[in-house]
Amino acid sequence: MSEAAGQAFTERTGEPAVECRGLSHRFGAVQALDGVEFEVEAGEVFGLLGPNGAGKTTTIRVLVTLLRPDRGTVRVFGLDVVRNAMAVRRAIGYVPQQLSADQSLSGYENVWLFARLFDVPRAQLRSRVWEALALMGLEEAARRPVVTYSGGMVRRLELAQALVNRPRLLVLDEPTIGLDPVARASVWERVQELRARTGMTVLLTTHYMDEADRLCDRVALMHRGQVVALDSPVHLKRSVGQGATLDDVFRHYTGSQLEESGSFRDVRSTRRTARRLG
Amino acid sequence: MSAARAEPHVASAEVRSRWWRQLPSRVWTFWMVELYRIRHDRTELYTRAIQPALWLVIFGETFTRLRAIPTGGLPYLDYMAPGIIAQSGLFIAIFYGIQIIWERDAGVLAKLLATPTPRVALVSGKAFAAGLRAAIQSVIVFALSAMLGVSIDWNPLHLVAAVLVVMVGSAFFSTLSMTIAGVVLSRERLMGIGQALTMPLFFASNALYPVRVMPGWLQALSVVNPLSYEVEALRGILVGTPADLALDALVLVSALAAGVMASSALLARLAR
Repeated sequence: MSEAAGQAFTERTGEPAVECRGLSHRFGAVQALDGVEFEVEAGEVFGLLGPNGAGKTTTIRVLVTLLRPDRGTVRVFGLDVVRNAMAVRRAIGYVPQQLSADQSLSGYENVWLFARLFDVPRAQLRSRVWEALALMGLEEAARRPVVTYSGGMVRRLELAQALVNRPRLLVLDEPTIGLDPVARASVWERVQELRARTGMTVLLTTHYMDEADRLCDRVALMHRGQVVALDSPVHLKRSVGQGATLDDVFRHYTGSQLEESGSFRDVRSTRRTARRLG
Repeated sequence: MSAARAEPHVASAEVRSRWWRQLPSRVWTFWMVELYRIRHDRTELYTRAIQPALWLVIFGETFTRLRAIPTGGLPYLDYMAPGIIAQSGLFIAIFYGIQIIWERDAGVLAKLLATPTPRVALVSGKAFAAGLRAAIQSVIVFALSAMLGVSIDWNPLHLVAAVLVVMVGSAFFSTLSMTIAGVVLSRERLMGIGQALTMPLFFASNALYPVRVMPGWLQALSVVNPLSYEVEALRGILVGTPADLALDALVLVSALAAGVMASSALLARLAR
């Protein structure tokens, strides 16, 4: 199964997976994005880092075609996210910040719904749903209602929903927020396994610097709607000094502590997620 | 970075012209999801049968004895049963927008909108899912009516037609609910507006009494109330009263189309 899946997932064309140019967006008085520039190479794990309110989620929302930007362009595998929204959607698997599986359905039914919405051919439907569930280690729990799942299991189920379409680009917005350390580890383990097996491009946002350090090939540090630094974690740390952490790098480029620069608005949705998790 | 990169030709016009092709697939998908939900939890089906049962048993039985309402010779219970069937669908559908607000808060809506599903197809899928739930509910009310001795026309074709009318009518009321959801953006306000709407919709219709006994201003409301057309069609199909079925179908289908357009236009507000 993994062989076939791997071939369908992997596509190295030399074309960037994501190309973001001069991206700006304003919500009323708040300039959420102010000329965001970055490029994600096909096959890499790329992290958008920054405190709450830095513009990570807004960037993601433009990228997955949910938000039309005021200015700038974003291309996913060469496809413009505004003009070719439908084609971009077919290339992307998206997991939003909140735990968003349908509690009134079973795990299998949740993944089935997304297989249908991505027009997976009927003949392959069952096998593709089971394949995605197996990738996330959820075969045993598949028939149980999602209400009985733990937070980590729900997150893995969402990954299965995003993977059933065999996307070329997996977009994860704060994939481990609100999860306990064990669940966090299990989610990352699965993402790394998947990546090793398929070579899929992964774009994720996080404000856990240690996770980004360990998992990402390259990271972009975002601050007040701009990318202030972009490189591999190793290079970024070396540029700042001996024994520096990504936190130090962030302080170096923004002059502020990560924890201090967050805004109130995003904390709300984080709390909501935490509450849903119980 | 060559500025003149060839744009792959997936023109938006092409995508736009394809929404109707995806429509049946999405409607079927959301029907199945609704059936899965009902299979996991049937309690709502039973609890929602209580209110129509009370209307039929208490209100219906009493007014049958009163003979206060000119029904054109029909026993009053026979006259009101189609009204109660339509009402039970209305009550399900008018709060359906709550689900879409919940889905927005939980991030589900963002995920749905990031799939290659045109908004019109997504809203239609949701609307017909509400219609399906109402149709299944209506079967229970059919059975209740039969037990109370309502002389329903058991011709299978008529029953199928009646279920279809309930489905389209309720699908419309769910789009009304989703439209309001797109305006008010909160569950509490939608609950309030839904409560405030159900009674006028119900009483400014021919569900319990003929339109001609109403005061003029209420008659005017009844004329623009889709519930009246739903009830007229159901009454015509199930108990054989005179009904302009073509007009009823036209009104219900047009109302549904308008509701789908309005709520899919407002979906962007919810997704923001």
